[in-house]
Amino acid sequence: MTVTYTLPDERGHFGEYGGRYVPETLMQAILELEEEYKKARADKSFQAELQALLKDYVGRETPLYYADNLTKYAGGAKIYLKREDLNHTGAHKINNSLGQALLAARMGKRKIVAETGAGQHGVATATACALLNLECIIFMGEEDIRRQQLNVFRMELLGAKVVGVKSGSATLKDAVNEALRYWVTNVEDTHYILGSVMGPHPFPMIVRDFQSVIGNETKQQYLEKEGKLPDAVVACIGGGSNSMGMFYPFIKDKSVRMVGVEAAGLGTDTEKHAASLTKGSPGVLHGALMYLLQDEHGQIQEAHSISAGLDYPGVGPEHSYLKDSGRAQYESITDEEAMEALKLLCKLEGIIPALESSHAVAYTLKLAPQMKKDEGLVICLSGRGDKDVETVRARLGGEGK
Amino acid sequence: MNRIEKVFQNLKQNNEKAFVPYIMAGDGGLDTLAEKITFLEKSGATAIEIGIPFSDPVADGPVIQQAGIRALQAGTTLRGVMAKIAEIRPIVHIPIVFMTYMNPIMAYGIGNFIADASKAGVDGLILPDLPAEEEEIIAPIAERSGIEIIRLVTLTSPIERIQEIAARGKGFLYAVTVNGITGARKGFNEELGKHLEMVKEVSPIPVLAGFGISEPSHVEEMNRHCDGVIVGSKIVDLFESGDLDGIEALIAASKAEKIKL
Repeated sequence: MTVTYTLPDERGHFGEYGGRYVPETLMQAILELEEEYKKARADKSFQAELQALLKDYVGRETPLYYADNLTKYAGGAKIYLKREDLNHTGAHKINNSLGQALLAARMGKRKIVAETGAGQHGVATATACALLNLECIIFMGEEDIRRQQLNVFRMELLGAKVVGVKSGSATLKDAVNEALRYWVTNVEDTHYILGSVMGPHPFPMIVRDFQSVIGNETKQQYLEKEGKLPDAVVACIGGGSNSMGMFYPFIKDKSVRMVGVEAAGLGTDTEKHAASLTKGSPGVLHGALMYLLQDEHGQIQEAHSISAGLDYPGVGPEHSYLKDSGRAQYESITDEEAMEALKLLCKLEGIIPALESSHAVAYTLKLAPQMKKDEGLVICLSGRGDKDVETVRARLGGEGK
Repeated sequence: MNRIEKVFQNLKQNNEKAFVPYIMAGDGGLDTLAEKITFLEKSGATAIEIGIPFSDPVADGPVIQQAGIRALQAGTTLRGVMAKIAEIRPIVHIPIVFMTYMNPIMAYGIGNFIADASKAGVDGLILPDLPAEEEEIIAPIAERSGIEIIRLVTLTSPIERIQEIAARGKGFLYAVTVNGITGARKGFNEELGKHLEMVKEVSPIPVLAGFGISEPSHVEEMNRHCDGVIVGSKIVDLFESGDLDGIEALIAASKAEKIKL
């Protein structure tokens, strides 16, 4: 691993991954987006506007909390939680939605389309659109609408139009298909706020950059508290946005181990999982070359996870690259292990984590005991678990009381 | 010379317009493929576009999405279609163009796919999720094997870009007539005629209009501004409902232009 890291290249590739595998109709829009983003990134007034909103509206910076009880329980490295669950709207998604909504307004695009799985990205995007007075249409799989009724209502309350998607498995993958089709049809006045580090270049780069506030703050806070860098950072991965935001500022710090935790669903030896990096193979979906769950004929397979936010059959191109290069390590956690970790964090720390983030907590319970007591790690606690309480209650029956 | 270049040379000499119908391979079972292709050839099709089903076809509207689902449910695979094309190629005389997305080809292996397609007698490839920026992953090897990449230009492509894309190919240029996905439209943007003429002016190869063309009147209208049409969803629909007369009427409309000239 060299100390320089300048990916993506000018063509939007991370090694062989990434790129712009989109219909020609969208090319002009994504080329313009890339140009405008470069200008915005260098524009002090744009950055100042974003920083002010992140501080006063989102509530950043989020705390880096030393979880003493969890540390004692795990019996190894010191465990810190980066509290993205304390952001406005309850997850890290707002970091990106707000940044992209500002970018859209700057480009004169007053209409926004987005996809959502669990509804967290949809709620964050509807929120940013309400704030900036942008029209907002959200595509969501019918199956997810059924699982996340309250988030649908939240989005509607915030003024967004939520459109159900019946095709395919009626989950996140199909919502992305439909959002892309809508964008192709309305590209001239509409910006697509993609919710993860996926899709065609420049989206993986833009979303990573907006989410990097997580890793940047963590680095600063950890230095202040411990006088050194953490020995490891751990984050869950669906498409990979909270993990990429945590990892990116640490990529050049070779001493920091980066661990991404995928959803193993019912187990990676079954067909019911969402572990694209662990069990998938490279291919092209939704505009990028990346690891995918697919059959031998290149048909995309349905993903499964108890957490709707990890229920996606691909993983962003930069993670695909980091896996192959060995710079990051990717593990997986089952539905059951995530559920146990959720209960444990509730009881030990009084924090109800999202089911997604619970995957990172669960892996930490395996990792921390293998590390020395004077070492430390940070879990990206990407979201709060309020949205999952129904799912958890149904799963536990009477047992959780 | 590739079969595609030959048929367009003939059309030009005879002052005729092209008609390229699209069918989804495996829709109704792979065994109906030969029958559909020979019917279309007999009815006057210039070339046949054969869709290979993909689970996530983002450039396609509901009709072709449904046809793809039917084909996948019938067990259609790229390997199966390839074998079938190789088998029926001797009885088909017009060019055969595959239309699919990148992922089934990548799963097949790009090198193997091109070698097998060339052996099977496939003449061209339309890949709606492969813009010029990414085409080096497949275009050089395809063209070395005599398989033309059929490139798309759209209403959002700037003129310099259209010119640059048109100059890369030897087959024909696919001019997308709407901002959107495949599927029938009632009407088209009134500026479309001008756009097509502009595309034709900068293109060294024939320009065919496609997306949304679903009526004989659309065929005649488009043919006033370019070298022919591609009709997809409507053909899929007509085959699905067994309306072969409707297909013949569409193809016949492409011959009407000759009379007017």
